[in-house]
Amino acid sequence: MNAQPATAMSLGLAGCEVCGLVSRPLAGQPPHCPRCGERLHFRRPASIERCWALVIAALILYLPANLLPVLTTYTPLGSQTDTIMQGVVELWSPTSWPLAIVVFVASITIPLGKLIALAYLLITVQRGSPKSSRQRVRLYRMVKFIGRWSMLDVFVDTFVVALVQLKPLMWMAPGPGVMFFAGVVVVTMVAVNCFDPRLIWDLPQKECHA
Amino acid sequence: MPDHETLPDLPEATSLAKRRTRLSPVWIIPIIAALLGGWIVVQKILAEGPTIEISFSSAEGLEAGKTTVKYNGVDVGTVESLKVAADRQRINARVQMAPETRDWLLEDTSFWVVRPRIAGGSITGLGTLLSGSYVGMAIGKSDSQARSFTARDVPPVVAGGTPGRFFRLKAATLGSLDYGTPIYFRRIQVGQVASYSLDQDGRELTVRIFVNAPYDQFVKPETRFWQASGLDFSLSANGLNVQTESLASLLIGGLAFDTPDLNVQSEAAAAETSFELFADQAVAMKAPERGATQYVLYFDESVRGLSAGAPVTLLGLPIGEVVSVRLDAGDRKKLQVRARVLVAAYPQRFLDVLADPQELTGGKVLTPALRKSIIEQLVARGLRAQLRTGNLLTGQLYVALDYASNPASARIDWLSEPPVFPVMKGGLTDIEAKLTSILGKLERLPIDAIGSELKQSLAALGATLKNVDTLVKRWDGELTPELSATLVEARRSLAAAEGAFAAAGKTMAPGSTTLEDLRATLTEVKRAAQSMRGLTDYLERHPEALIRGKSEEGQ
Repeated sequence: MNAQPATAMSLGLAGCEVCGLVSRPLAGQPPHCPRCGERLHFRRPASIERCWALVIAALILYLPANLLPVLTTYTPLGSQTDTIMQGVVELWSPTSWPLAIVVFVASITIPLGKLIALAYLLITVQRGSPKSSRQRVRLYRMVKFIGRWSMLDVFVDTFVVALVQLKPLMWMAPGPGVMFFAGVVVVTMVAVNCFDPRLIWDLPQKECHA
Repeated sequence: MPDHETLPDLPEATSLAKRRTRLSPVWIIPIIAALLGGWIVVQKILAEGPTIEISFSSAEGLEAGKTTVKYNGVDVGTVESLKVAADRQRINARVQMAPETRDWLLEDTSFWVVRPRIAGGSITGLGTLLSGSYVGMAIGKSDSQARSFTARDVPPVVAGGTPGRFFRLKAATLGSLDYGTPIYFRRIQVGQVASYSLDQDGRELTVRIFVNAPYDQFVKPETRFWQASGLDFSLSANGLNVQTESLASLLIGGLAFDTPDLNVQSEAAAAETSFELFADQAVAMKAPERGATQYVLYFDESVRGLSAGAPVTLLGLPIGEVVSVRLDAGDRKKLQVRARVLVAAYPQRFLDVLADPQELTGGKVLTPALRKSIIEQLVARGLRAQLRTGNLLTGQLYVALDYASNPASARIDWLSEPPVFPVMKGGLTDIEAKLTSILGKLERLPIDAIGSELKQSLAALGATLKNVDTLVKRWDGELTPELSATLVEARRSLAAAEGAFAAAGKTMAPGSTTLEDLRATLTEVKRAAQSMRGLTDYLERHPEALIRGKSEEGQ
């Protein structure tokens, strides 16, 4: 931590995020990668602001995603609508509790965890806290890795709705919650993408330099 | 920068630092998310109807979060929670209603739990066997809204909004009525019993019935309702009467109504009109006959078998009925116990059975004066009241108005109230009286004396027979030998006679000379006689021949 290595930005260099070519952008016009033509930034523009906006949007969407039903089951004796949490409660039985845990983790814990993790990263970056930057980077990687699995719930939902169409004995229809849930996942992924992990160690370095 | 020196008089441009907090367009996303979420929330709130409280006597079959409230089969609410009321007597259910029900939650809107139920000949709520109970709802008509309700224990028989009318029936007993008991009009089921309640004083029941449209228009102010409960057996002077409305009513009972023909044209009765509920059709249809005139009949004979309601017939056609049968003891000075039969006659019935009532009344209404004169004339011609046996099996009596064959003069006593109608002994009671008198005469016969005399006579006869016997025996012993000797003699005499006869026969036998001679002689005599006749004939014609002799030339 003591010997902070020079960063590309401090040397006036910018790395292309697509092909990885490091070049020196000219001041004045918007720089582009000489090799692949990708727009070059020293840091992703308005990273923190965009990330915050998306995190907040995801949080807002998270509420209806969990409060609205995701699945409606119709049987001749009536219909039953289930939210994600109701599904988990229903699955929670001596035989299918592992499934309940999977659904709970994939649909409730992970999206929320991702948002909390992003918020934590954003706050620490904004405050310029130098502490445990390595762990925060690991956290970022984890959030990014896990993102693609979050669509599991939407996937299961569409699958079930498409398969269980045994009218008039039993059929299912998606609820409005699914759209919000998909929105949460997508917005969170975009938010993760907006976050520039280089910021984690940018500011402490600056402070060190100053 | 070089301009700075060449144009010193120019004001220095203020360079504002670029606002770092300029909003990035990315903030549109959370705004859209917030708008979406807000819209959903608003929708949810808008879609949320009123929350109401329903108090149930039992929450059996109800489930919080699952049991629905249905109006005519459509879900309009869900039971959110069930809580035992503070008094621990009832269950309070919080029900989330659909927004469209806002205007339906009136003070007299009713709720009830729909469970499988067998009543009034119909099985309802079978669907709940599978789907579980639900809360039924009927919208009221009140003007004021309410949010707190008490559930009914029994579902209303008539669904709200069904066209038709409610009426009230006053009944002495419930009979076999129940919620949903069918009501028949000409054997069509036209309604059902909606509810019943005991009156405050506990003396009568008020049965509320619902008659479906369009049959409700057949309920007139004069309509009579009666219990068509099961099988009606009635044994009266009219004979055995068995009546039933339908097989279903045979099992579960029922009500029926009809309107007397006279009132068929009346206006339909208003809703909630009160009617009397009669025990059976016969009573219902004849009860409120107007213009009944009452008469008293005094009978000196037994009225056993005569009961109130027994018919009064005029020459066999019913024109009234017996109202009461009592005893009358006259007054203290002149004690006279006799049967006092109060009868009601319906002049209208009399007119109804007339072939041409116009002729009698002259096209006018039957005034009391006219009625009086008619009855007086009839009585003067010998019309009398008589007790007759309507049913030999049961001994039921009825009152017959008939002409007496040799009427003692009698008048109707208009002065007493009600008028006294003259009576005559009659029918079987007359026969009875005759039988009684015969029996009395029989009783007066000295059967004992006759018996003893007969006994004596028989004893004497026995002695006589004994004497005869000894006589016979004596004859046997004394006379018979003599008799036989006599007989022998007689036989001997007879044999002798026979011999004599045989000898005579021989003498007279054909071919015997005596007979031949006799025959020849007789022939001669015959001839002589002929000659004599010829002679006399000739002499008759020719008497002169006696003198002159026979002339030669004959005529």
